Amino acid sequence: MGSIDNIGAVASPAPADPQGAKSEYLLEVAGVRKAFPGVVALDNVCLRIRPGTVHALMGENGAGKSTLMKIVAGVYVPDQGTMHLHGREMRLTSPLDALQNGIAMIHQELNLMPFMTVAENIWIRREPHNSLGLIDHGELRRKTQELFDALNIDIDPEIEIQHLSISNRQMVEIAKAVSYNSDVLIMDEPTSALTEHEVGHLFTIIRQLRDQGKGIIYITHKMNELFEIADEVSVFRDGRYIGTERAADVTRDDIIRMMVGREITQMFPKEEVPIGDIRLSVRNLTLDGVFKDVSFDVRAGEILGFAGLIGSGRSNVAEALFGVTPATSGTIEINGKKVDIDSPSKAIAQGISFLTEDRKESGCFLILDVLENMQMAVVGQKFVRGGFVEQKKLTEECKEMSAKLSVKTPTMYERVENLSGGNQQKVLIGRWLLTNPSILILDEPTRGIDVGAKAEIHKLITRLAGRGVAVIMISSELPEVLGMSDRILVMHEGRVTGILNRAEADQVKIMELAAK
Amino acid sequence: MAVGNAATVDMTKSTEKTRKIRLPSEARIFLVLIGVALVFEALGWIIIGQSFLLNKERLIVMILQMSVIGIIAVGVTQVIITGGIDLSSGSVLALSAMVAASLAQEAGYARAVYPSLTGISVFWPIISGILVGLVCGWINGALIAYTAIPPFIATLGMYVSARGLAKWYTHGSPVSMLTDDYAWIGSGAIPVVIFLIVALIFHIALRYTRYGKFTYAIGANRQAARVSGINVGRHLIVVYCLAGLLSGLAGIVTSARAITGQAGMGMGYELDAIAGAVIGGTSLSGGAGRITGTVIGTIILGVMTSGFTFLRIDAYYQEIVKGIIIVAAVVADQYRQKTRRSV
Repeated sequence: MGSIDNIGAVASPAPADPQGAKSEYLLEVAGVRKAFPGVVALDNVCLRIRPGTVHALMGENGAGKSTLMKIVAGVYVPDQGTMHLHGREMRLTSPLDALQNGIAMIHQELNLMPFMTVAENIWIRREPHNSLGLIDHGELRRKTQELFDALNIDIDPEIEIQHLSISNRQMVEIAKAVSYNSDVLIMDEPTSALTEHEVGHLFTIIRQLRDQGKGIIYITHKMNELFEIADEVSVFRDGRYIGTERAADVTRDDIIRMMVGREITQMFPKEEVPIGDIRLSVRNLTLDGVFKDVSFDVRAGEILGFAGLIGSGRSNVAEALFGVTPATSGTIEINGKKVDIDSPSKAIAQGISFLTEDRKESGCFLILDVLENMQMAVVGQKFVRGGFVEQKKLTEECKEMSAKLSVKTPTMYERVENLSGGNQQKVLIGRWLLTNPSILILDEPTRGIDVGAKAEIHKLITRLAGRGVAVIMISSELPEVLGMSDRILVMHEGRVTGILNRAEADQVKIMELAAK
Repeated sequence: MAVGNAATVDMTKSTEKTRKIRLPSEARIFLVLIGVALVFEALGWIIIGQSFLLNKERLIVMILQMSVIGIIAVGVTQVIITGGIDLSSGSVLALSAMVAASLAQEAGYARAVYPSLTGISVFWPIISGILVGLVCGWINGALIAYTAIPPFIATLGMYVSARGLAKWYTHGSPVSMLTDDYAWIGSGAIPVVIFLIVALIFHIALRYTRYGKFTYAIGANRQAARVSGINVGRHLIVVYCLAGLLSGLAGIVTSARAITGQAGMGMGYELDAIAGAVIGGTSLSGGAGRITGTVIGTIILGVMTSGFTFLRIDAYYQEIVKGIIIVAAVVADQYRQKTRRSV
């Protein structure tokens, strides 16, 4: 990406200039501290954003990025520290206050009202009124269309949000933030629900806003995005500010080192393990209107990667194999025997485990504790004697598993919602490993979790394959698929477009098959 | 992983610290119960110069009154834990009371509902009353599991229909002249014993069996429960069946105690039962709640009712205050949840 000339090298935090009436920075945050009961989320953190730049924030989960952004957006009030916008000190009391001061945030979780139209959502609280004091829908539509034209977004302003795809909702959120004409725009992992093509579109919009002199704060976990879009990058670790660099001056390894404070030597610890007999054999599996004629084999010890764009049917095939939404035709054979799987409990009985894509929606029991979360699948299979759960034995097993996966939790009785994303994922993996699966299906096993936990999970997957488990791993991250898989199955619009061997596969070949 | 260690260690320490101060939720509710009782005791001395608690007869009436609500509340608690609600308990109670009573009439009673079935063993009214409850519960559960309508609507339908059936059963006339054997079920401390046994069984079931684990799991995250291999539909049917069964049992106890079956019995009991569960800490959003809490919550309601009567305060005021207390309990619960979550 073209770096912009007017960016000076940014050094580590210097003391803020005393009366920054004409600051070169759009936004300056200094000495911010924020503590929650029991945790110091941010300690003496600073951040400076120049106008006309995209400023990436990097850091593992729990590093404090999101907390800092919530402070900047007026959601939290800091315990200490100052904030200057255009050199003027300000104290925000609410998100509305932030918006009125020109700071808009696009939240990770979408905050749109599903039964209202796109236009109503964007202009809520600011609706144009006609002479009778009623909402002027014509004007509402016109204003929305104008906004969309400027951003090159193609969405009908009068369609209800509920009918939009997740990525289109994201676009609406972005348009809404832009509509406030804010100087500072905060985006918290905006691409996590977008396809490759949509990401391109988003980046065009971001560059357009940047060229208008806005400051864009961009939180991401994805390294390649950082180098594609960001001008500057600030790194956080454990609630502390580590440093700011020009994106053009640093490498991926530099950033990772700043984030974890050590070198990650091997991103993908793929090991060659002996490949055994065919464990799972799928022939002409079809779910009407979703996917068709899917056929493949997975052998013991093999990791079969599933690549393809979002909506290509990858996850649907996994759900069919696990009986969540059974297929309408085709056959599934396990160890050479034909099986009929029409519910998850049957799949589990056949030795299949399925780590779902959405941790919060279909994975965790957020309000239950670590122990309950971990034991919930296996308790349906064993550990019951005379009608009673053998809790002591089961607790021991769960504790052991938790230690083996190095789940970080104060006790087994901590609510899972208080754990970080990576630890939640480990708890879920533990849930499945307790059932002792011979076939393990992982759907986006490392989505939204930090680099360190990611590497641990990769290591774990490799280890399981080494023990003869047949693994299917669905992932949207091509490096992950390429790094981990023995073979890679690529899907496009509900069909298998190719199965590549590890040796022949590369990003280009996969993308060609995926986007045919 | 070296990352986040500092923060995690921090958290461990402070959680342990707060653990020490934090009482289990039942203990908190129990303190509320003691507080409420003491307030009435004090008011009793101030207003009418009598002790509220040191009156054996009043205590007995109080306990008897709440044991029927308590039986229903136990069933409703597990329904609420799954994230559902049961509005039909009071009506199902009435229907079961009518059916059970009609099979418990004295031998030779000429105007009996079934003149040929008078004076039969007490086994029959009991089993039929329980079956009526079970069937109503099954219908609730099946509707919820297989048509995916909200529990509120399914049980609202049952609330109206079961009451109608209870009236239709004898065209509105009460069923009386019940046998002594049957009346025994409602005599003395028997209803309290039944309540406590029911509470104990369900307490054990919820905490120590697969049934209990699955009940919490479904309430905490239905989709995750399904993916964990739980047959959610089948489990919900069992949960609602048991809730219906307990309403049926409550119907037997009520009619035995009154020595008559009437279609108007149990009016509004479903709301008292829900209130008891909620005051006892059961979360209406599902996934959390305990039978011990519900038992204490129900006793709090009972103490309040009998306390107001003791102070000779109008029934109108009783209802007003009861409403406020229920809402306050939920608000307090929400507040607790919030402070926990912000960690």
